[in-house]
Amino acid sequence: MIQRGEEGTAANATVNIDGTDVPFADGETLYEICSRHQKDVPTLCYDPRLDPFGGCRLCVVELEGARNPVASCTTRATPGMKVRTETGAIEKHRRTLLELVVSENRQVAVDELSGYASQEMKTLVDRYDADRGRFQGKKSGHSREDDDNPFILRDYDQCISCYRCVRVCAEQEGDYAISVMNRGFDTKITTEFNGLLRDSDCTFCGQCIQTCPTGALADKKALANADVPGDIEKTRTICPYCGVGCSVDLVTKGDRLVGVQPAMDGPANEGALCVKGQFAFGFVQHDDRLKTPLVRGDDGELHPASWDAALDRAADGFRGVVERHGREALYAVASGRAPHEAAYTMQKIMRAGWGLNHIDNCSRA
Amino acid sequence: MTNPLADMDKPDVIFCIGTNMTECHPVAATGIKKAVAAGSKLIVVDPRHIDLAKQADVYLPIRVGSDTALLLAMAHVIAREDLVNKTFTDERTTGLEEFVEHVKGFPPEWAAPICEVPPEDIEKAARLYAKADRSAIYYTLGITEHICGVDNVKSLCNLTLMTGHIGREGTGINPMRGQNNIQGAGDCGALPNNYPGFQAVDDPEHQEKFERIWGTKVDLELGMTKVTALERCGESIFGMMIDGENTLLSDPDRNHCQHALESLEHLVVIDIFLTETAKLAHVVFPATSWAETDGVCTNTERRVQRLRAAVPAQGDAKPDWWIVSQIARRLGFEGFEYESAKDVFNELCEVSPLYNGLDWDRIDEGEYHWPVPDKHHPGTPRLHETGFENGRGIFSCTTYRDPAETINDDYPLWLTTGRRLQSYHTHTQTGRSGGMEYFLPGESLEMHPDDVTRLGLADGEPCRMSSPRGAIDIVVKATTKSRPGTVFTSFSFKDTPVNVLTGSGYDPTTHTPELKVCPVRVEPVAAS
Ligand code: SF4
Ligand code: SF4
Ligand code: FES
Repeated sequence: MIQRGEEGTAANATVNIDGTDVPFADGETLYEICSRHQKDVPTLCYDPRLDPFGGCRLCVVELEGARNPVASCTTRATPGMKVRTETGAIEKHRRTLLELVVSENRQVAVDELSGYASQEMKTLVDRYDADRGRFQGKKSGHSREDDDNPFILRDYDQCISCYRCVRVCAEQEGDYAISVMNRGFDTKITTEFNGLLRDSDCTFCGQCIQTCPTGALADKKALANADVPGDIEKTRTICPYCGVGCSVDLVTKGDRLVGVQPAMDGPANEGALCVKGQFAFGFVQHDDRLKTPLVRGDDGELHPASWDAALDRAADGFRGVVERHGREALYAVASGRAPHEAAYTMQKIMRAGWGLNHIDNCSRA
Repeated sequence: MTNPLADMDKPDVIFCIGTNMTECHPVAATGIKKAVAAGSKLIVVDPRHIDLAKQADVYLPIRVGSDTALLLAMAHVIAREDLVNKTFTDERTTGLEEFVEHVKGFPPEWAAPICEVPPEDIEKAARLYAKADRSAIYYTLGITEHICGVDNVKSLCNLTLMTGHIGREGTGINPMRGQNNIQGAGDCGALPNNYPGFQAVDDPEHQEKFERIWGTKVDLELGMTKVTALERCGESIFGMMIDGENTLLSDPDRNHCQHALESLEHLVVIDIFLTETAKLAHVVFPATSWAETDGVCTNTERRVQRLRAAVPAQGDAKPDWWIVSQIARRLGFEGFEYESAKDVFNELCEVSPLYNGLDWDRIDEGEYHWPVPDKHHPGTPRLHETGFENGRGIFSCTTYRDPAETINDDYPLWLTTGRRLQSYHTHTQTGRSGGMEYFLPGESLEMHPDDVTRLGLADGEPCRMSSPRGAIDIVVKATTKSRPGTVFTSFSFKDTPVNVLTGSGYDPTTHTPELKVCPVRVEPVAAS
């Protein structure tokens, strides 16, 4: 049986991409099909999580029968379409478009710590060797150095009006904290009444800085570590705060934790984070961290001790309590913030060790 | 949660009760915002005019602690107006008739004066919830942190059973867990009544199983809860080990807590900071923190996920499991020869039927929701799709009880407590991460402007707030987010330790403290 979708497209319908017939699903865009088949079609205003926008037109492809190249990110496939993704004319067209975009932009090379997508623009400029001089014109956007919030850098001189921040804020975060004013070279991304982010509906979730392809919106907390030497590495883990369990990539340079980025493929969050998960990582390498075991001395104060001495003291203390009052005098409270292995060993020491069910966790408070 | 987070934008009607999700579970809340933007209806029940309430189709600002009354009345309306899903109740539940008889006595007119909301709004909410094809309930501690927390949850279950809004996409009864691994701590058996995998300790079969696995004698008797243990400190409990909990700031009735911990002969605390609680210990062990620890956690939708270390431990800090195992070994206990987190987790998978199909390598991508009974099982994103574990869903004939303490001439205001977006728990982590103070320099007491004037207070000025257990000074914030007669603050700040005041009572079954309700008196600082 042939399955039919909304528009009645046969499930075995194909489009021809660079000479190969490939099947597609109902509603798929040309860009989605191309990227599924490893075609390196450039994009700037595209974010797979957002509704297609069609602003930058870098993703243009040649479509047989169409007079002009079409934006692949907004063109839905229909059976029999014939598409070319990499002709000389298309590549030239893309380069010209890119040069136009670059001309608005003060600085192409921005630090990787700016945000997840911050290198997209630079990567394309390198790929197309786009000449920055050709369209040197007026700059768009307006820098907001006066916004003294500690998390989000707003440098609108870098803005290329791809609207990704505005769209992610509305479509993903659902906050509509930022919007677009004016058009063309005068376009600026702004908050209601053009004020500080703090005074807007912004929740400082950071999603706009992570989707910005130029570093116009950037992660101030991470950028504070721009001078830390070393290459950037990323390690996938889970946010330490609430029970949603958002996946994050820890950004490190050597031994230093320098930032957090959302995992775009995180099963619980698909690229979203909140202000805590995004920005509250500084506690890990804070000076207040406990660095050695402490043991209470005869003077009644806690003093640093070796692991051996402290472990002996801990075990002896429990032994003493049992000798004086019996094993039922012991109790353990496991953590709702430490990993499974902590809770499992805690309950095991009480049950298998002492033969007691005197164990609980902190969910009661 | 019975249903996965991915279901959150799927219900036709979303019923949020006692959950300030945009602040406490912000990323989950985006699912609700998306659903509402796409046309889903939203019912919000909360004593405070929280952000979600702004988007609600029906908003019920009930008096704190009156949830059971509201839910009984909703059940009454569903029964009276013949909105019961008969196909579902016939196939999957027992006790409907008795329950319908029971709720006849609780019409909206009865609940309205208790909940302090109009009866028509209760009817509206009931109809909306019952009539939709797919309705889903979301709740947090606003339901459980009451002396009637268990009854509240049972009352919510009753609604899902009457309507059949369970076991399908976009439905269910979904508690949002507040801490990254609070679900996991329960999964692992850190509970006085359950072994790992929620296997009851008072079942001789389980006793035999664990004696066989661990090769030691284990106890058939239920353990005591933490609340009871704290009460008995210095009487029958003399030695305690606490891992990563700032008991002194997070638990109710701070003075009692402090006294309890001080009366111990031996207190061992494992933590990443020298917290207020750690300062009372005889031995403190430095644990590796998040970003330094390999391990596993389970989120609110029962998804089992890997934690990975990215940076080396600070100083001499060690993983919790290592510390506990070392203590165990020094006590001569066997079975603690673990060499890695992986060893510990794989043992858990062997002993827990919910995790039998999992192991360290299988959870690498985090795609499994427990239960995963065997290695070929795909996991269980949605519970109760084909049936309930114990056969049929059973209705509970709940009744309404007043909170442990109610307002009176001496303590005429309701205090309710919670969290804020920018701070987490006792703020030991968020407070040390730099930047949060820009948004949240300190705590304040949210109070309706009419109350501020009536009590002779001023916005931004300190006041004294007292309960029968103690008093604290805190800055007043005039806001219509609070309803007249009810004030709110968080428990995150050590300068305003609100747990000096709370602690009026506990749920008799779970011993969850009634942190959401505490009658207080508020007066100008000078007057007291
Ligand atoms: S931080 Fe989040 S809420 Fe604020 S403007 Fe960016 S996307 Fe919107
Ligand atoms: S990023 Fe925010 S919503 Fe996600 S797990 Fe962390 S605290 Fe929860
Ligand atoms: S990526 Fe298609 S128009 Fe920008």
